[in-house]
Amino acid sequence: MRLHKFLYDVKRYRTILLMLAPAVAFFLLFAYVPMAGIVIAFKHYDYAGGIFGSAWNGLANFRFFFESGDAWTVTRNTALYNIAFIAVNNFLQIFAAILLFEIGGKWFRKLTQSILFLPYFISWVVVGAIAYNLLNYDIGTVNALLRGLGLEPVDIYNTPSYWPFILVAVSAWKTLGYGTVMYLAAIAGIDTEMYEAAEIDGANIFQRIMKITLPNLYPTLIILVLLAVGNIFRGDFGMFYNMVGNNGILFSSTDVIDTFVFRSLITSNDIGMSAAAGVFQSVLGFATIMSVNYAVRKYDKDRALF
Amino acid sequence: MQTSTERLNPRAPLHSRGRLQKDRLLFSVIGYVSLTLLALLCVLPFLLVVSSSLTEESTIIVKGYPFLPVDFSLEAYGILFKYPTQMLKAYIVTIGVTAAGTLLGLFLTSMTAYALSRKDFKWRNHFSFFFFFTTLFSGGLVPWYLLIVNYLHMKDTPLALVIPMVLNVFYIIVMKSFMSSIPEAIVESAKIDGAGDFLIYARLIIPLSKPALATIGLFLALAYWNDWYNALLFVSNENLMPLQYYLYKMLGNMDGMRKAMMSAGAVVTTTIPSESLKMAMTVVATGPILLAYPFVQRYFVQGLTIGAVKG
Repeated sequence: MRLHKFLYDVKRYRTILLMLAPAVAFFLLFAYVPMAGIVIAFKHYDYAGGIFGSAWNGLANFRFFFESGDAWTVTRNTALYNIAFIAVNNFLQIFAAILLFEIGGKWFRKLTQSILFLPYFISWVVVGAIAYNLLNYDIGTVNALLRGLGLEPVDIYNTPSYWPFILVAVSAWKTLGYGTVMYLAAIAGIDTEMYEAAEIDGANIFQRIMKITLPNLYPTLIILVLLAVGNIFRGDFGMFYNMVGNNGILFSSTDVIDTFVFRSLITSNDIGMSAAAGVFQSVLGFATIMSVNYAVRKYDKDRALF
Repeated sequence: MQTSTERLNPRAPLHSRGRLQKDRLLFSVIGYVSLTLLALLCVLPFLLVVSSSLTEESTIIVKGYPFLPVDFSLEAYGILFKYPTQMLKAYIVTIGVTAAGTLLGLFLTSMTAYALSRKDFKWRNHFSFFFFFTTLFSGGLVPWYLLIVNYLHMKDTPLALVIPMVLNVFYIIVMKSFMSSIPEAIVESAKIDGAGDFLIYARLIIPLSKPALATIGLFLALAYWNDWYNALLFVSNENLMPLQYYLYKMLGNMDGMRKAMMSAGAVVTTTIPSESLKMAMTVVATGPILLAYPFVQRYFVQGLTIGAVKG
């Protein structure tokens, strides 16, 4: 009977199922098959054997990855960078959104918002080129300025300790406009009666922002932060790769899991260890997002992601 | 769709209740100054690139990259357009990939989203989960890379630049939530008239979804235009290099070239103005986006606002 009902439903929804077929095939092939491909992290990959035919080697790839000493560095870097990005980016975005919303002058607001959004539209390759123009030792703008002031130039591309600041600034720069738009939308959704009431009660603008605007932004902030925390072990490959490239001198402070995996795969062709690092990242990421969601669900069911 | 800042606004006049509000004044000063500074920080790097591309090479070497063109020169653009073959090829690849990817992506995204938005479809939640789960967990780069290179043999084919990015769960969710807001009565009445599901999608839903299609289309187009990652992984054939990857290659190569020349003891009076040429290439590769930007910006704003609602 159940099978009969099932077949009846398949027939009834056949067009819808057919319409879903391409997307289902796509995600099966490019997302679920690679999930099964995780097995190569436990194998000694050889080209002839391929993903499923190569010989097992247990946890050797993982042991190699953790004993290389890079595992801790790249994991720490990935998480710390993402935490810094979350804090700095959201702070600046909320700051800019509130100012844009409160300030008069329509054309000023429109122009500013457009300009802040501009960096979002260019590729990381171009960002990398701009950064190189600004920062390189010989003819970079920063060093040209320093020399002009009679100061010693700084060799930024050979000094790892500058890079956390540079990368946080670049991330803030690239995402400012995007996030500002989100928060502006959230502010525009706040009930204006609250503002009118505050006005009548004699609240000044700073009180209004602290007591009305900010608390009303918390739901948006929480969702955006949660999404970001769930991805805390995913590095932005495009950014790190184009800003730092294969400059090994900087790796101690700039290498993230994604760049490490890429290099192990493409540059050193170490497929087993690269896969192991990737699996480590996926599992860590999955555990993080599940626990974040579980915690939120306990705290406030409506704000959970799923 | 209302754009964010245009709603009934709470901006109080400066002279509310007859006296000048000092807090407003102070706030305006802080606001204008901070926003102007932020805007300058966002626009100056672009100015740097454009100015450098228009500056005499020898000046750059001596004084560094300028924010405003000094010793104006069109030499870099002259060289770029004198030997345009490679750049032109890259342009054609990018335009082709962007057009194909955007159209195919829009078709697949909207069709999938429509199926998921149908409230009478029994398994909609199962399928939604099937798609959504891929954002929570993945096999990582290696199996995906091996699949595409060793099993699907897409390396050095245009498919490698189009297919991997053609569907994106986030876009499906945005599109689905937009389509869910279309009144069901429309679908019902079409059904009574005997229209099939695909016909309803193609003839009714697509025209009604134009705002969402415009937004997702632009997101797709931007992603394809700016893509260099798939080329980095899958393209070694020079004839198949998209613009951003070509730029990436050139930036790296010229740097290597310059360094090699300097370490070989060559006096840096190069015949190729490599620094300004790099910048001219950057301008030419980014130009179309910057030109289109003022016209398409509002669709992105729209899209982010739709997307900000939990899917």
